[in-house]
Amino acid sequence: MNTKQQDKDLASGKHIPRKNMLEAIRDALDIKLGDDENVVIFGEDAGYFGGVFRATEGLQKKYGKSRVFDTPISELGIIGAAVGMAAYGLRPVPEIQFADYILPAFDQIASEAARLRYRSAGEFTAPITIRAPTGGGIFGGQTHSQSPEALFTHVAGLKTVIPSNPYDAKGLLIAAIEDDDPVIFLEPKRLYNGPFDGHHNRPVTPWSAHETSKVPEGHYTVPLGKAAVTRTGQEVTILSYGTMVHVAKAAAEETGIDAEIIDLRTLLPLDDETIATSVRKTGRCVVVHEATKTSGFGGELIAIVQELCLNYLEAPIERVTGWDTPYPHAQEWDYFPGPDRVGAALKKVMEA
Amino acid sequence: MNTKSLSLHVPEPTTRPGDAPDFSYIDIPNAGSVRRPDIHCDPQAMRDLAFDLIRVMDDEGNAVGSWNIELSNEVLIKGLHDMLKTRIFDERMLMAQRQGKTSIYVQCRGEEAIACAQRAVLEKGDMCFPTYRQQGLLIAQDFPIEAMICQIYSNAKDKLGGRSLPFFYSEKEFGFFSISGNLGTQFMQAVGWAMASAIKGDTRIASGWIGDGATAESDFHAALVFASVYKPPVVMNVVNNQWAISSFQGIAGGSANNFACRGHGYNVPALRVDGNDYLAVYAASQWAVERARSNLGPTLIEWVTYRAAAHSTSDDPTKYRPENDAESWPLGDPIERLKTHLIAKGAWDDARHNAMIDQLKTEVKAAAKEAEKHGTLGKGPVPGAAEMFNHIYKELPPHLRKQRQEAGV
Repeated sequence: MNTKQQDKDLASGKHIPRKNMLEAIRDALDIKLGDDENVVIFGEDAGYFGGVFRATEGLQKKYGKSRVFDTPISELGIIGAAVGMAAYGLRPVPEIQFADYILPAFDQIASEAARLRYRSAGEFTAPITIRAPTGGGIFGGQTHSQSPEALFTHVAGLKTVIPSNPYDAKGLLIAAIEDDDPVIFLEPKRLYNGPFDGHHNRPVTPWSAHETSKVPEGHYTVPLGKAAVTRTGQEVTILSYGTMVHVAKAAAEETGIDAEIIDLRTLLPLDDETIATSVRKTGRCVVVHEATKTSGFGGELIAIVQELCLNYLEAPIERVTGWDTPYPHAQEWDYFPGPDRVGAALKKVMEA
Repeated sequence: MNTKSLSLHVPEPTTRPGDAPDFSYIDIPNAGSVRRPDIHCDPQAMRDLAFDLIRVMDDEGNAVGSWNIELSNEVLIKGLHDMLKTRIFDERMLMAQRQGKTSIYVQCRGEEAIACAQRAVLEKGDMCFPTYRQQGLLIAQDFPIEAMICQIYSNAKDKLGGRSLPFFYSEKEFGFFSISGNLGTQFMQAVGWAMASAIKGDTRIASGWIGDGATAESDFHAALVFASVYKPPVVMNVVNNQWAISSFQGIAGGSANNFACRGHGYNVPALRVDGNDYLAVYAASQWAVERARSNLGPTLIEWVTYRAAAHSTSDDPTKYRPENDAESWPLGDPIERLKTHLIAKGAWDDARHNAMIDQLKTEVKAAAKEAEKHGTLGKGPVPGAAEMFNHIYKELPPHLRKQRQEAGV
């Protein structure tokens, strides 16, 4: 998949460096710290050490301790401080070490950051980008593996973004930081080092072997609220995001079903035009996410598809998700909705 | 081995309805007896101040002791004016709520000195993060009360478009952060705002507010941890008015230990102050503000006061505390005490006092009348339904545009 920025660079004969997802995220943070003196970064271990996943490595040294710093282990304190800083006029980019740990900050996110504009008629705003690693696949067990995106799409006033590759991660993160509303930016941690397709027993493919690891130097954005068609197809539409985009691709290839894969990229605001265009074309739809099923974002997607495309549907919509259990440790790969389960759903909608 | 059954300790206030008021649980030292340390004082060297009670006015209305910073008559008369105006405003809005002009109202009766005096020592550009009981922060700046009433009435001139509860003002230009109904959240935000001022190398300071009840929220602990770690320029005010709706301060842990001394666990200097003594509030606020402005970091202040009225118009305190409790409150009434002081100084008299009351009543009544021309809750030219779709995001996203169309507004 070539993007516009990549096309421009290729046309000019410019060399495009390869980056993994972490390097792309760090690049975005570096660029925003450099071009906007109101950007500040903080979180548990995010300062001197550069974060447990190393996303902020080297940034404190480059920009100083008052721009990039460590915080106490208090998620509510981190986000509460961010709300105060945003009210002052800063553009904070706090890191929550794992999305699983974000719940102590939920009040400051859902009742404060998300509502500040509404309750003050725009007098105070919260242009905060909250970064947090999400999803499983690293044997993180119950508290380092969850995908809490639906908690945030349910809150008016928030935007929720989940990138699936290095190019998008950089462009979406810059767009999120420049956005004047609070953005929950969930980074699939299983993708930090490679495009994971769900086959955990095969060697990891590095990002350098993937087209989307061509990450142009300097500033560019990928707009929030726009989905990407990452594979064109005629028979069925797969709606997915984050890690599961790669799993969906593996499932399509392994079943030989000509699926069109839509990487939603932003869950809210949702690009329902791209969704509707694709489902009206294919007449079939499979929704795939790693998060638990009941009240998951997949339910919302199915409702939207039937609102917009009911007369075009040739089969009931299928959904493949994590089970409604806590994320288990030893049973990780029994929980994770891998290519086999996605493939089975594709076959089911084709046979219907 | 102990074979007796265990039992749960649930604190009880000293009195309940039908009992005679009893405030013997509060030790009240003589005015002027508490020392005034230098603002550079190490928090460890002033731990005693968290267990004492800073008071300036004695029972005869004389200002005494090292916290008497000899305020001018002009400043004091302005303070009296602000407190009176706040109370008269509250009385008017209470009546308006009873008349159905708004849904709910919250008075700050008995606590007027705290917000009014602290605001007097803050500067333009500083930011307060208030609870819903600090209307004095606006009134002490001569903020146009008609605009406050329009907000309370959710009428056509409510600048918040009817979206917020009454008295949840937002006035950035007047250093008044948008009020949240979730208790305690603003305390942590005040610390974050102060951190931002320090990050930017600015000179502005923050003032955070919380009640005795809400100190039990994790936000209070987080705020003190961050304040202790980053030493930002913030005054951390705990208004201990003894009651969180029907729960006395012991349910927030106040009988185990007072609220000021919690600062010690974080090495944040702490003061405990008579909150009904305008002179003491002014002097203690000035001390904390000077520390903050001098880059010496946060100060925690417990203001000891009494919620003389109901929690809100939806509350009936006679169900859980003795009637007329407030009249026996040993720290008296802040307005009466400042009046007594000014009279003792020869700077005031009953005639001028009554004239001021009359003038303020006229002013508040006229403002209410003017505000009413623009509607009251649900009556007259009220904000349209389309307002509910405004200010959710900077730009209304497609799904909300569709919903607005569906709502037909």
